[in-house]
Amino acid sequence: MATSPRPSAADADATGPAIELRGVTKTYRTGTLALGPVDLDIDRGEFVSLLGPSGCGKSTALRMIAGLAAPSSGRIEVGTASPRGRGEHPISFVFQEPTLMPWASIRHNVALPLKLAHVASAEIARRVDDVLARVDLSEFAEAFPRELSGGMKMRTSLARALVTRPDILLMDEPFAALDEITRFRINDDLLELWRELQMTVVFVTHSVFESVYLSQRVVVMTPRPGRIAATFDIDAPKERGEEFRLSADYAAQCREVSRALASASEGALSTREAQA
Amino acid sequence: MSALPASRDDASPLSARAGLRVALPIVVLIAAIVAWDLVVRLNQIPPYVLPGPLLVASTLIQDWPVLFGSLLTTLWTTLEGFVAAAVGGIALALLFNQSRLLEYSLFPYAVVLQVTPVIAIAPLLLIYLPQETAVIVCAWIVAFFPVLSNTTLGLNSVDRNLTGLFRLYGASRWQTLLRLKLPAALPYILGGLRIAGGLSLIGAVVAEIAAGSAGAGSGLAYRIAESGYRLNIPRMFAALLLLSTAGIVIYLLLALLSHLLLRRWHESALGKDN
Repeated sequence: MATSPRPSAADADATGPAIELRGVTKTYRTGTLALGPVDLDIDRGEFVSLLGPSGCGKSTALRMIAGLAAPSSGRIEVGTASPRGRGEHPISFVFQEPTLMPWASIRHNVALPLKLAHVASAEIARRVDDVLARVDLSEFAEAFPRELSGGMKMRTSLARALVTRPDILLMDEPFAALDEITRFRINDDLLELWRELQMTVVFVTHSVFESVYLSQRVVVMTPRPGRIAATFDIDAPKERGEEFRLSADYAAQCREVSRALASASEGALSTREAQA
Repeated sequence: MSALPASRDDASPLSARAGLRVALPIVVLIAAIVAWDLVVRLNQIPPYVLPGPLLVASTLIQDWPVLFGSLLTTLWTTLEGFVAAAVGGIALALLFNQSRLLEYSLFPYAVVLQVTPVIAIAPLLLIYLPQETAVIVCAWIVAFFPVLSNTTLGLNSVDRNLTGLFRLYGASRWQTLLRLKLPAALPYILGGLRIAGGLSLIGAVVAEIAAGSAGAGSGLAYRIAESGYRLNIPRMFAALLLLSTAGIVIYLLLALLSHLLLRRWHESALGKDN
């Protein structure tokens, strides 16, 4: 934790990037270089996807931004916009699994970050109700995780991430396990929340379609060691929906990103062969 | 299952199965008692070799004041040993979880304590400790290890991402323990306690028997030993019956506790159809 970035009041100028990675690498204890070096700036309020094959270190990058893992070398700066109140946390993390406490009701799961920060119980109740309404789970507040579907569990996880009013939302392949219909719906809900709450979102995925649909910028990464192979600015309005998903424009951009992803993977393969 | 007759639409196969699960053991019990009675009657076995079930039952009623007092003594010892094992096992596991050094230094000795047969330690304990304490210590020695090892396993099985989440939100050690580790370990702890309940009864009985005629004991095991010396076999059987009933009740109580605590969320407490 010592080397991980902690946002401070000094970062509170609203002009700099929200997240700044400089020469960041991660070497596993076994000696394999998993990631980097990576240089990346993410602006405030931006929606960025990290797209790459499994094992390219994109999740590791996300964990390092969150401070859950330390980089082996390089520097990560995380800036937050405003001074924080009690129970407000600049960074939230949504895992690939819902990661809920099975012994606690949905309400208590969502309330967890606030309880850990000793927020008054009346305020906890108010904020949890509010955020549950946002993700359409008000009726299920007293249910237990096992009683909910996969999509609803993921919504709970999202609600818990939002309850701390984060500036930065980090998401690690959060919807990979959901069926397509559920995923489309939750994607639209996520976009709406992002527009409304003006968060910076870093979204890790291995789905070309999801990354193009959601983001303003797609960062394509190479297989291990994960490096940035290409960056695409997605040409679409912030407000997206079924129309965009079915448009030729969307298909064309998917094709382009897909091609970049394929060539990034091939490039890595050929260098590996050359080394052998 | 497939041997069950296909019943009318309104009868659910589940409740029929539940009925069988209760009925079958009872049928076996009745058959065994009848067979026992027949063997004794037909062979005219004298009561000091093998008393019939009716004689055991009447002895149980006749000697009830003596036996009941002994039962209470043994149960009290068991309870004390169990509580000591539960508190000691959980506390030690928590300490181990907080400090690796402590775990490395002490865990081997917990194993040593566990693998040394308690029946061999009991006479020693009876030399060094007052009898009442020695009996409780015996119950504790037998019962604490399953609590310790199960709790340790539970504390180490916490979801890695949940741990990360607690760290991200700056949870203190205490909060992580109380809100994450203990609830996550609860099913394992309860499993350990269920084993410990039966074991502490065994520990208490072993110590009482080891104390035997030398002690001023009055527990059920002491009654069994005493009845053996006096060839009062019907009373021996009656005491034995009480002892196993006590064991069953302890098990059922702990299973009920486990069910009540876990039924809303844990897989082990859910029906198979869920």
